[in-house]
Amino acid sequence: MKTIEDLKRLREKVEAQTKLRYETGTRIIVGMGTCGIAAGARDVMSAILAEIARRKLEDVTVSQTGCIGMCEKEVLVDVVRQGEPRITYGKVTPLNVATIIAEHVVNGRIVEEMIVGKMD
Amino acid sequence: MEMVNMIIDGGKFKVPKNFTILEATRIAGVKVPTLCNHPELRPEGNCRVCVVEVKGARSLVASCVYPVSEGMVVNTNSPAIREARRMVVELLLANHPQDCLSCQRNLHCELQTIAAEVGVRQVRFDGEKKNYPLDNSNPSLVRDQNKCIVCGRCIRACSERQGVHVYSFANRGFNTTVVPAFNQGLDKVSCTYCGQCASVCPTGAIVIKDDTAPVWQALANPAKHVVVQTAPAVRVALGEALGMPPGSVVTGKMVAALKRLGFSKVFDTNFSADLTIMEEGAEFLDRLKNGGTLPMITSCSPGWVNFAELFYPDLLDHLSTAKSPQQMFGALVKTYYAEQAKLDPANVISVSIMPCTAKKAEAIRTEMCASGYRDVDYVLTTTELAKMIQEAGIDFHFLAEENYDDPMGIATGAGVIFGASGGVMEAALRTVSELITGEELECIDFKDVRGLKGVKEATLDIGGTEVRVAVVHTLLNARKIMDKIRAGEANYHFIEIMACPGGCIGGGGQPISMTNDFRQKRIDGIYECDTKSTIRKSHLNPAIKELYTSWLGEPLGEKSHKLLHTHYHQQYRD
Amino acid sequence: MEHIRSHVLICSGTGCVSSGSKKVHAALQEKLAQKGLDKEVKLVETGCHGFCEMGPLVIVYPEGVFYVRVQEEDVTDIVENHLYKGRIVERLLYKEPISLEKVPNYSDIPFYKKQMRMVLANCGHIDPEAIEEYIALDGYQALGQVLSEMKPEEVIEEVKKAGLRGRGGGGFPTGLKWGFTRSAPGDKKYVVCNADEGDPGAFMDRSVLEGDPHRVIEGMAVCGYAIGADEGYIYVRAEYPLAIKRLKIAIKQAMEIGLLGENILGSGFNFKVKIKEGAGAFVCGEETALLASIEGKRGMPRPRPPFPAVSGLWGKPTNINNVETFANVPQIITKGSEWYAAIGTEGSKGTKVFALTGRINHTGLAEVPMGITMREIIYEIGGGIPNGKKFKAVQIGGPSGGCLPEQLLDLPVDYDSLIKVGAMMGSGGLVVMDETTCMVDLAKFFLTFTQSESCGKCTPCREGTKRMLEILTRITEGQGRVGDIELLETMARNIKATALCGLGQTAPNPVLSTLKYFRHEYEAHINDKKCPAGACAKLAGYNITDLCKGCSLCKKACPVDAITGVVKSQHEIDQTKCIKCGTCLTKCPFKAIIKG
Repeated sequence: MKTIEDLKRLREKVEAQTKLRYETGTRIIVGMGTCGIAAGARDVMSAILAEIARRKLEDVTVSQTGCIGMCEKEVLVDVVRQGEPRITYGKVTPLNVATIIAEHVVNGRIVEEMIVGKMD
Repeated sequence: MEMVNMIIDGGKFKVPKNFTILEATRIAGVKVPTLCNHPELRPEGNCRVCVVEVKGARSLVASCVYPVSEGMVVNTNSPAIREARRMVVELLLANHPQDCLSCQRNLHCELQTIAAEVGVRQVRFDGEKKNYPLDNSNPSLVRDQNKCIVCGRCIRACSERQGVHVYSFANRGFNTTVVPAFNQGLDKVSCTYCGQCASVCPTGAIVIKDDTAPVWQALANPAKHVVVQTAPAVRVALGEALGMPPGSVVTGKMVAALKRLGFSKVFDTNFSADLTIMEEGAEFLDRLKNGGTLPMITSCSPGWVNFAELFYPDLLDHLSTAKSPQQMFGALVKTYYAEQAKLDPANVISVSIMPCTAKKAEAIRTEMCASGYRDVDYVLTTTELAKMIQEAGIDFHFLAEENYDDPMGIATGAGVIFGASGGVMEAALRTVSELITGEELECIDFKDVRGLKGVKEATLDIGGTEVRVAVVHTLLNARKIMDKIRAGEANYHFIEIMACPGGCIGGGGQPISMTNDFRQKRIDGIYECDTKSTIRKSHLNPAIKELYTSWLGEPLGEKSHKLLHTHYHQQYRD
Repeated sequence: MEHIRSHVLICSGTGCVSSGSKKVHAALQEKLAQKGLDKEVKLVETGCHGFCEMGPLVIVYPEGVFYVRVQEEDVTDIVENHLYKGRIVERLLYKEPISLEKVPNYSDIPFYKKQMRMVLANCGHIDPEAIEEYIALDGYQALGQVLSEMKPEEVIEEVKKAGLRGRGGGGFPTGLKWGFTRSAPGDKKYVVCNADEGDPGAFMDRSVLEGDPHRVIEGMAVCGYAIGADEGYIYVRAEYPLAIKRLKIAIKQAMEIGLLGENILGSGFNFKVKIKEGAGAFVCGEETALLASIEGKRGMPRPRPPFPAVSGLWGKPTNINNVETFANVPQIITKGSEWYAAIGTEGSKGTKVFALTGRINHTGLAEVPMGITMREIIYEIGGGIPNGKKFKAVQIGGPSGGCLPEQLLDLPVDYDSLIKVGAMMGSGGLVVMDETTCMVDLAKFFLTFTQSESCGKCTPCREGTKRMLEILTRITEGQGRVGDIELLETMARNIKATALCGLGQTAPNPVLSTLKYFRHEYEAHINDKKCPAGACAKLAGYNITDLCKGCSLCKKACPVDAITGVVKSQHEIDQTKCIKCGTCLTKCPFKAIIKG
């Protein structure tokens, strides 16, 4: 590093490394109850992580939740953009993960045909 | 000099800016008590006896280390200060044997004096006292850590003055001690036995080894012929040890006292000092002419010889092979003198009175029995002789002067100046010059090599030959010059080295004196003896001439080689 | 690159390591790999969280779930349930000691809620061995800022205005100290960080060095720029191997990317940092002894003046500050002195980190704003006194400090208030005592410490603390004499006035403050030969009350046959034979034996 600008650039570059511990942008929540896992939630989770990595998304956290009672709709995936309602998608498979991320997470357009619930 | 204004006990004073408060109080006529402070050593503020109040300071301050500053207001005497000083001394006493009446330093102990001065009337602590074994393992000094007050003066003397670094603090808290490395005896570490530690110790923690008992015994034995020699520096210090002013010359009284003590013959080491000049002078001329190792260095000071053998074993060729005057004398007493006096040398006891603790170690070196017997049987220091005189009830002040015995009591002014730094060099130059040129010197006072300067140098033209000489005293200065020699940077021909400050007059066996100018007064006494001498060049000493013609032959001759020369070897201590 | 969806922070501070966090870390690693989660879950070893009582600590992000006392065997549960299925492992959550409610989130735990973590902000939240994590959280911004925008004098001014005072104990204004060193003549100057933390029970500095070493290094570099020094030393005790390891890594990383070394960030400023390991002498925390030790000499203090600011390391002007002081500096620069000065009290700005130890529920580290009351620290953060015992006093400031009794619990904790009541801030050790602690014994404990750590240089400290200790010992052994209290007071007064360094000058404080607030306990020991707290073994008497059923168990257990009595009738203890070992008390099934 030669200048103060170099330090600033380095800071911007490494910021994401610890961001997870301090703030949240968009949250993606995967239903990982017994029902979810049986319906393939683990594969969906892996697909989500792979897609985020591929798109180099930084402001996204992925977490899990348990059974919410809509077992037949599993795998369930929630997307919560900051300041927006919580959207729950049902019957998610690894194949439609890319759509959800491209449309909703990145561009803010809800994938209406997959919605099973909405919570303010 | 830049001065600052300060107020001491209400009075206004101007004092030099670089002064400590302690120095300033002296100007103000106040005698702040001190214990760890020594006028010739770097102050450390360890003992806390010298505390005073400085306006604005959070606590009392140690005046020996606290620098003065403009506008400083100092109080040296308040109930708080007196209580604090008393507490400090009381704490020291609580951890001290308090066997004052039977202590070697009784009446000469600074702790004792200060306890009286600050008014300690009780010691309220009856807890643990330190309990360490005596270090009695070496011929010169006795260390009793139980009497040590951890002031650190010996550490400073050994490192700052001598550059030897034998002592350091060890352990923590109540167990803090001052010890040689790994708490070994002085015989196991690089101690030169110079005794400077003993001369700065305020208590009896480091004292001169007392060898008077066997001497008393020999004197009481009618079958023994006890002969004594007295070193040049003893005559200017013995009086001081017996209550006379520093520098008093007491040669005649000393001779008389020795006779009263029962010595059969009282001789003068100055005689063998003259002899040393003959041998050492011849050796120097030989080295100069025949390409011997130069610079040649004197070898009269056994502290210095130990130092060289311990720290500069690679440079021992530089040391003159001539024995010290004490040992030359010893070798002659049991040969030449015994023959002359028709005595069986087995019945002759040879005692020497020396200003030096290292002489005790020199006398027992294995090679020092050239006569076939131990050349010097007992070495007593000036202070031990003073003690014997007191013990015998001799009233030194009223004693009439007497003369040394013949023939080994006849000496020149060149012999006596051996006692002061520069004296051996000057005596050698007086003789060597005349031996080279064959002409009488116009001026025999070589003042460049005299005095208390640490390193003295002179360049002389002797019959067309340029001779560069140096004179150093204290082992710290010796180290400096030896490092130069080792580095090939010393272009001297001849160097005199004495282990103690000021030479033998400042030896570890001399009475302890704290005043700054005591060495100068003793030196003045030495040169007074020189100027009063009728003969002032060693080679003109008739007794020496007679010795060579009738018995010894030539300087550096076969007999000389056997009796008067020695060799050096690296010392290993473990 | 894989997307990391979760961070698992495992505390690897010394406290948690000793309670087993290394094993937990290894087990987590293995289990995550086994479950195929190792690419999406990141394990981060962090420094100390301060809540050492509850260690090993594991925090799972993004949820921020805080698991306590996690052991190897808990790892399967955490991985399979929490990390795989998103189900919080309830049994590992922290339980509030009074309500017994489980608290899943870090920030909701009362221990942390009252705290204001500024110096410790990153501790436990970043990987101390990764400079990027420090930089990501504004690390080295302060250094960048001073080098590009501020003159050295402005930096000093900023620190002065912030009101930062030395956190090592003395509380000397930091900006003033920097100013002295800057204005001292000399081309070569040094910055020294005092990390020779040695107060019994204190471990604030260790935690900062282990958890956020770059913060200290940055503070030193800012100081170096301000005073005109190009070299710094961290004097850290060798007993802190983890701190040393992390500092070494930190220095290496900073050198590699050019935040230390020559011409930092193109500013022309050079600064390098060296580590000097101390050999474990308490007195080396005293600045002149510390300097002597760096120079390779025996660690002994020397009189001041001259102060290190004028003549310090190798005779050069040297600025010495404590770890926590330096750790405060970066935020003062980035957030400004006004922001900083708004925290705390009139004379004491910012926060102070305390190490809570002794009879307190939550031992650990707590960073609080200056001026908070001791009651808040002990009861709200520290969770009060365990086992239903009654609070008696708290020792603040370690062996140099003093104790505060119950009636002073509402005293604001700041430099000046503490001095007024005979204690001191010290480096931040808080030792809490309950009713079973004997205050004479406490004073004896601290005197034992100072005596054995005294360097031995000056008489009052070397000899005086020994005699005080002997007197205290005899008092606790029932051999106290009339006049001992007065003698202790006289000695304390004189030792304080005459000792050479801070260690000796403050050594009598524990005696003076216990005498001030608990004089009656001394009197009880001396006059009645009784220890009111029942702590002094030689004064404890055991007696059998009429609850005795005569079962003879105590009689059989007594090792010296001091108990007599026939079966089914009340037994008796022969006090002349009793060695006060307490065995009978533990054997009695009827609680018939009392101590006192």
